[in-house]
Amino acid sequence: MQAFLDIFDIYLLEAVINGILLGGVLALLALGLNLIFGVIDVTWICYAELVMIGMYAMYFMVQYYGVSYFVAAPLTILLVAVLGAALHYLVIAPLLTAPPINQLLATGGVLFVLQSFATVAFGIDFRNLGIRLPVLAFGDMNFSYARLLSFLAALVGMVAVYLFMTRTFTGTAIRAISQDRQIMALMGVDTRRIYLITSALGGALAGLAACLLVLQYDVHPFVGLSFGPITFLICVLGGLGNFIGGFIAAFLFAEIISLGGLFSDLEWGYVLAFAFFIVMMFIRPAGLLARRR
Amino acid sequence: MMGQGRLAAWAVGLAALVALPFLYRDPYHLHILVLILIWSFAYTSWSMMGRFGLVSLGHGGFMGIGAYVTALLWNHLGWSPWIGIPIAMVTAGALALIVGYPCFRFRITGHYFVLVTLALSGIVLQVITATRDYTGGSLGYTPNRASGNKLLALQFDDKTTWYLIALGVWLFGIVVWHWVDRSMARYALEAISEDEDAAAAAGVDVTAEKLKITLLSAVMTALAGAIYCQYQMFITPDTVSGIAVSLQMVFAAIVGGLFVSLGPTFGAVITILLAETLRIGFGTKAVGWDNLVYGVLLVLFIIFLPKGILGSLLDRLKPQRKVPRAHEQEAVQIARPGT
Repeated sequence: MQAFLDIFDIYLLEAVINGILLGGVLALLALGLNLIFGVIDVTWICYAELVMIGMYAMYFMVQYYGVSYFVAAPLTILLVAVLGAALHYLVIAPLLTAPPINQLLATGGVLFVLQSFATVAFGIDFRNLGIRLPVLAFGDMNFSYARLLSFLAALVGMVAVYLFMTRTFTGTAIRAISQDRQIMALMGVDTRRIYLITSALGGALAGLAACLLVLQYDVHPFVGLSFGPITFLICVLGGLGNFIGGFIAAFLFAEIISLGGLFSDLEWGYVLAFAFFIVMMFIRPAGLLARRR
Repeated sequence: MMGQGRLAAWAVGLAALVALPFLYRDPYHLHILVLILIWSFAYTSWSMMGRFGLVSLGHGGFMGIGAYVTALLWNHLGWSPWIGIPIAMVTAGALALIVGYPCFRFRITGHYFVLVTLALSGIVLQVITATRDYTGGSLGYTPNRASGNKLLALQFDDKTTWYLIALGVWLFGIVVWHWVDRSMARYALEAISEDEDAAAAAGVDVTAEKLKITLLSAVMTALAGAIYCQYQMFITPDTVSGIAVSLQMVFAAIVGGLFVSLGPTFGAVITILLAETLRIGFGTKAVGWDNLVYGVLLVLFIIFLPKGILGSLLDRLKPQRKVPRAHEQEAVQIARPGT
């Protein structure tokens, strides 16, 4: 009996730590989406699909052209950042004065376009990077090195965004615009430029997430569907546009998924997370950190 | 009220639709017509709440429940679809209430509502995939062929029967649409979509009205899923549930026009014909091209023709018949707090 308990605790601890590691990447995804929402007041339904394109970019650069992982990663981040800016310029900008729901649905159309583009261009095969990172053994617990790396990189990415937002003029302007859209234009800030920069930044975060996710998961045209919905849930639970709320919610969800996966399949972890989400909606409908209006 | 002329036009049109399969028997074209009718019904169901600014991307989930619950009860318990379909509809309705109640009670509107429902359809897809021991997972699922009574199993081999069933279901959808259109609930819901606070102040029970229309819409969508499953005899999580199906519903309804009863039907005709033409045009050598063109067209539509084809046409034909309501200026309007 005592031996059984010991093993159980080790697994539990391992799941808890794995959950924290998963939370890093989820928090990164949520941060990108929250940034776009907070500043431009648009929800990119196709956000996870941008990540998918980034994962393909990593795959082709590393596998086909033999580019080193650490050279390919910045290129991918740049590529997805450009994609994000293009998405804003081509789809969102013409709809800026349209009702918000039209913008949201237009990005839904982009989701179709990106998915089918990937199907046409890359086929529907599952592909992986072929890099097998070692497994870290720590006591009796095993952790994937890829997850640890992702977690650290995600943290670095988030700190970088935080510094950019608080220490630079552009970052300050972005935060100011998220507080009042109309006034900032009168203050001599070019809102169109700020929107483009924000979109590129959101894209760059998706690109970074792609570089990290490609280490752990196979890429295929519909891979976005496996973490897209959970990202949306995290953003809503944290409060759309609320960076800190999103950060906390990401770790909460990651723990639920990881612990749920311990007792059953990973998919059931997602189902549990959704059930938790519904319960939380009754308790804190406007997000984790919302003040009562 | 409908005028005499319009009523006559509807009667003639219906008679022509009923007579069609007896005069024209090309199986492929009938198949396309059946698909158009079933999906039209689904799109009409979606538009019943969509037109009041309740943009749900969770209807893929309801459709999936309709299809899978019916098929699972038939295969595993041997329950006839005549029992299975009502159970599936009740299940979808219950889920709609569970998700809808906190949303409406706590004023979750706009982006939030869209994202919550979006996650719902994603989760239904995950559940179907996760229970692959029963549902066959992403490989799809086939209801067992009936050995005995075809009517009891709701399985028919000839296309004409299915055409008439689909026509009946579609007509039911249109009738319900008109019924809602002429009910008091419509005015309450329009008031809510313009301004929730004002509507509540005027004595509209916002939560109850929204729940009622959501329930109706979800239950009808589940019926569409069950009929689709019985007709196709093969379902996969991706064709009846998930985000892609939800988006497809929204797009078709918008392309056709949300605020006219035949708008979603028109949208179904256009999108399905377009998808079929593209599919045949590109052939099997280029899987995905059809969806690529489809997606681009949808984005263009939302940017340049947000009122939909039929909606815009009707506007041209009847200039200033009535003062357009503010929310009809938009493809779909969502109630925003504080406006």
